Amino acid sequence: MKWEPVIGIEVHVELDTDSKMFCGCRVSFGDPPNTHVCPVCLALPGSLPVPNRKAIQEIIRLGLALNCRINPDSVFHRKNYYYADLPKNYQISQFDVPVCVDGWLDVESDETRFRVGIERVHMEEDTGKSVHVGEGGRIHSAAETLVDFNRAGTPLVEIVSRPDLKSAADARTYAQELRAVVVETGVSDARMERGSIRFDANVSIRPEGSPRLGVKVEIKNMNSFRSLEKAIRSEIGRQTALVTAGERVVMETRHWDEEAEVTHGMRTKEGSSDYRYFTEPDLAPMAFDSSWVEEARSLLPELPALRRDRYRGMGVRPAAARVLASSDPRLRSLFEEAVESGADPVAAGNWVTGEVTASLRRREASVGELPLRGDQIAALTRMVSEGRVSAGAAREVLEGVMDGEGSPSEVATRRNLLQLSDRTALEEVVEEVMAANPEAVERYRSGEGKVRGYLMGQVMRATSGRADPRAVNEILSARL
Amino acid sequence: MPIDVDVAHVASLARLGLSPDRLDRYREELGVILDHAARVQEVDTSSALPLAHPLGQTNVFRADEVRPSLDRDEVLEMAPESRDGFFVTSPALD
Repeated sequence: MKWEPVIGIEVHVELDTDSKMFCGCRVSFGDPPNTHVCPVCLALPGSLPVPNRKAIQEIIRLGLALNCRINPDSVFHRKNYYYADLPKNYQISQFDVPVCVDGWLDVESDETRFRVGIERVHMEEDTGKSVHVGEGGRIHSAAETLVDFNRAGTPLVEIVSRPDLKSAADARTYAQELRAVVVETGVSDARMERGSIRFDANVSIRPEGSPRLGVKVEIKNMNSFRSLEKAIRSEIGRQTALVTAGERVVMETRHWDEEAEVTHGMRTKEGSSDYRYFTEPDLAPMAFDSSWVEEARSLLPELPALRRDRYRGMGVRPAAARVLASSDPRLRSLFEEAVESGADPVAAGNWVTGEVTASLRRREASVGELPLRGDQIAALTRMVSEGRVSAGAAREVLEGVMDGEGSPSEVATRRNLLQLSDRTALEEVVEEVMAANPEAVERYRSGEGKVRGYLMGQVMRATSGRADPRAVNEILSARL
Repeated sequence: MPIDVDVAHVASLARLGLSPDRLDRYREELGVILDHAARVQEVDTSSALPLAHPLGQTNVFRADEVRPSLDRDEVLEMAPESRDGFFVTSPALD
């Protein structure tokens, strides 16, 4: 029997607010442990939470960016479970009436284009951080656990996709697109290495074409897009091997082991009823009228998918448009300024996503240090289209400009890269080449067409590659 | 006949260790409570609006402003065990 995977992704995003979700402690990263804690986030008796308005505005904005409907009435719930990094023994989260529901995200890669349904986007709080120490520091053999509550209570948004993904590669593409949207809205810095965006996957398999869903396994602890894809692929393999051997997949949470590249079972997953959700009695319900929604909508930036389409509409090649649409804003404005200064969008798109990016990488420089302006890109593309420099020489001109040697035309002149298109000068060179190669000229004239390429090469060599090929071709045609 | 409750499971969710006679006693007591809940659920509420909170307030928020946190030494003093600024607990996974 053939088995097909069904994948859903849960994404946690820490919001970039100044203070925590339910108290005034600072949201921080990397500070000494337990220096941003108070009675609320430590769950001291008698303390009461008060939600952060900014966090609520941000989740609405993110929900709109993901094409969700905003629930006019929304409430917080308690999700009860015991864990060392959860001081209250419950997490304030949302259950049946999350802030945002029923959205979607259009996703695209070189190979494919598809839409992923977003089931819900809900508001909750992050837990503290545990460090497991002893016996190799591995989570399975820890002797004790050290807990830091600085992160406890950080506003956390969970984005739950529908099980619309059909391969590990699609899941990765979706995760990347989603991160681009989060970054674009500015609600979070979404840095995977800091855990400010985290991806979990729900993976199940079913007989190909079956309408029913199999038993799902949740996999956690993937800290890069690459490991997300690998972990899902490994889990699909594990489940397929199980059912092929006549065994059954059990519902559980599994932990991705980056080094061994396998998943380990962590705990039998609680069923939803085990969390004993109930409405949070310490918090008033929320009511979002149209003013909340319209204010959030007015603050929405242009999102990657729309920008991609706009760039394509300008004529930019599809691949370049996709790269550009979710690239660093400074790289994008370089492109947009180049176009405003009169550059052909196709050429400008190719330059910015191609040579400019490659050169930054060679220089090990960040986009922030970009020593280049849009009008310089525009001047460069014009020089190429007017035949004043060759495509190869243009790359060198770019390097010169980025080295601070001046405008493209100054660099081309100084580095002696301008194409020779002066008719009289080129005719002289062609004459010389023909005189030096009488045999080749003879062979061409007697019908050996490919010799022309040789003669062309000789002209280029005589001019150190600076001769304008179009002009040389015309002269050769006339003379031969 | 009271509703049968898996008290051992509920106790394990709450990390409570209960002796066999207590398990029996709570099975009975919780069963009576659930019976009552079942009776309440029989009431026709189709014309009542859902009520998430008894006070009738909505949108009680605070501005996103940082306020001073507690002194760490004071905080860690309350813990049974601490080291290097961390709370120390037994291993999280068993």
